[in-house]
Amino acid sequence: MEALGLLLYGFSVLLTWKTLALMLVGLVLGIFVGVLPGLGGPNGVAILLPLTFTMDPTSAIVMLSCIYWGALFGGAITSILFNIPGEAWSVATTFDGYPMAQQGRAAEALTAAFTSSFIGSLVAVLLITFLAPGIASFALQFGPPEFFAVYLLTFCSFVGLGREAKHKTLISMALGLLLSGVGMDTVSGQLRMTFGSADLLRGVNFLVAVIGLFGISEILLTMEERLALRGHSARISLRVVWKVWRELPRYWATLLRSSIIGCWLGITPGGAIAASFMGYNLAKRFSKDKESFGKGRIEGVFAPETAAHASGTSALLPMLALGIPGSGTAAILLGGLMVWGLNPGPLLFVEHKEFVWGLIASMYLGNVVGLVLVLSTVPLFAAVLRVPFAAIAPMIVVSCAIGAYAIQNAVFDIWLMVGFGVVGYVFKKIDIPLAPLTLALVLGNRAEDAFRLSMIGSAGDLRVFWSNGLVGSVTTLALVLLFWPLLSRVFERMRATPA
Amino acid sequence: MSQNEAGSEPLCSQSTVERVVLLLLLALAALLAYDNWRTGMSWDTDGPQAGYFPFYLSLILGAASLFGLIRQWVAHRAPEPTFVSRAAFRRVLQVFIPTLLFCFAMQWLGLYVASFLLVAGFMRWVGHIATWKSVLTAFVFSALMFVTFQIAFDVIMPKGPLEALFGL
Repeated sequence: MEALGLLLYGFSVLLTWKTLALMLVGLVLGIFVGVLPGLGGPNGVAILLPLTFTMDPTSAIVMLSCIYWGALFGGAITSILFNIPGEAWSVATTFDGYPMAQQGRAAEALTAAFTSSFIGSLVAVLLITFLAPGIASFALQFGPPEFFAVYLLTFCSFVGLGREAKHKTLISMALGLLLSGVGMDTVSGQLRMTFGSADLLRGVNFLVAVIGLFGISEILLTMEERLALRGHSARISLRVVWKVWRELPRYWATLLRSSIIGCWLGITPGGAIAASFMGYNLAKRFSKDKESFGKGRIEGVFAPETAAHASGTSALLPMLALGIPGSGTAAILLGGLMVWGLNPGPLLFVEHKEFVWGLIASMYLGNVVGLVLVLSTVPLFAAVLRVPFAAIAPMIVVSCAIGAYAIQNAVFDIWLMVGFGVVGYVFKKIDIPLAPLTLALVLGNRAEDAFRLSMIGSAGDLRVFWSNGLVGSVTTLALVLLFWPLLSRVFERMRATPA
Repeated sequence: MSQNEAGSEPLCSQSTVERVVLLLLLALAALLAYDNWRTGMSWDTDGPQAGYFPFYLSLILGAASLFGLIRQWVAHRAPEPTFVSRAAFRRVLQVFIPTLLFCFAMQWLGLYVASFLLVAGFMRWVGHIATWKSVLTAFVFSALMFVTFQIAFDVIMPKGPLEALFGL
């Protein structure tokens, strides 16, 4: 198989001392950020991104993806030992994980969580290895109308399928798209929405916004809630690991079901949270002993963790193959690609083979090394949580400022970051979702360019978006998803009134 | 949590903040719509003008904000959830104001000195941690940042008089 050969090539790119060392550094940093209260996957990656600015793209992405793996593993530690979900998708893990810790079975719960995250990610990485090249080469035939249709599909599915109030999703998305338009217009060279400010000329940088929206706002929220950290301690012995692993085959159906749900929902945007809950609920529904869920059942840890990580990982598939991120973290990695001078999209597989396959190979390696590392160092990282927050908070603020400044060497960006921090804090409190804003900010320019290029090509005829079967069906699907809440209500009413 | 402490009375309610935010967004939408209308929001010979896309986006933003406002207006006056209590808001300011001061100080003193002051000050006065621990932690952290970014990764940060003294 061609994919296998390319994967081996990817491993050969990876196997240098420098890259392996960076991987290890990334994993440790990632677990560290994952364990810190309030920080998690996307925040950690955003804050640590500046470390990679001067590296070559392959080393940089390997380190970043390892930070991400580490953060995912670290998140499980806080959910189980401290009952604090680091991320929304770890919420379902606390249902059974924390009761297990209370019963003195923390080591078992942690081993279960790490192992199932490993399995979930592995399934998703296999999917990426064998599907992504095909999708990318298919997408090479895309013209501007097709790309615009796919962007439209991404935006519409957020509005139609998101769980937040529709107008709030719409506000967040429109705001993101508008912010991405600030600065010089790429087609005509005209200035837009700069109001005569020289600093706004450069536009609103995506990463600056992300560091503010996620990093600074989390510090404000954590301070406000004043988390009282009282956790259980855990040391994982080989005996416990062996015990959990021996039980694994009994839960093959749960693991498989959760992996499939995760991969499916991960490819559609914003899926990880839904995936973890769905994985948990389905495991409960199919179980013979429903009552024992929520009281410390190991299956209740397997199901959501597998689904969440399968989904988090498969979110990278559309990012690599189409240049469309499936999650917040994928969006930040995409922002990284642009900083390193790579153009995300299907051409990446042709022009930067070593980069793409190095990344995919690092997913395998990072996952395995991460699992071993996290199993052996849990007590160490759990101790991080006992460091007073008053010491950690200012350090995170400094790291955020370094990150924001380093992107364009502009002091203005640090103020912008603080502004976005306040916006993020307020938005989170009044339930305006931040993910659509992030996605819109990173895709906005390219969506607009695709639209305008299509319009130039068709001399302003909107029918270009239905000009062939492919683009027509994607556009139609996008519109169906956008109006899905309305449509499903109509269907229900039709079913309610017998014909 | 903040339920049974002094100062837990609400500072403002969820819906008040939401209303203010929606009004601000509406104003922003109007401003951006005007600016893009001025740039040109119609069709040229070669397709849409520069202001076309953002103009309609600001209309969407405005409409969604207006919808939210109207929904708030007609909503039932159920017991309103608190946006933030006084005590909690004080804690938010405890981290927000030092952050602002840090951003100001950084422009004159350079990032590393400002970071030392922020970490040491925050640990000492907000965290009530012993002075020597605070100063030591802050020094080690700032030095570590300097070594990581300036020396190992070659990322240049704003510098001030102290660095100039050492000829950096």
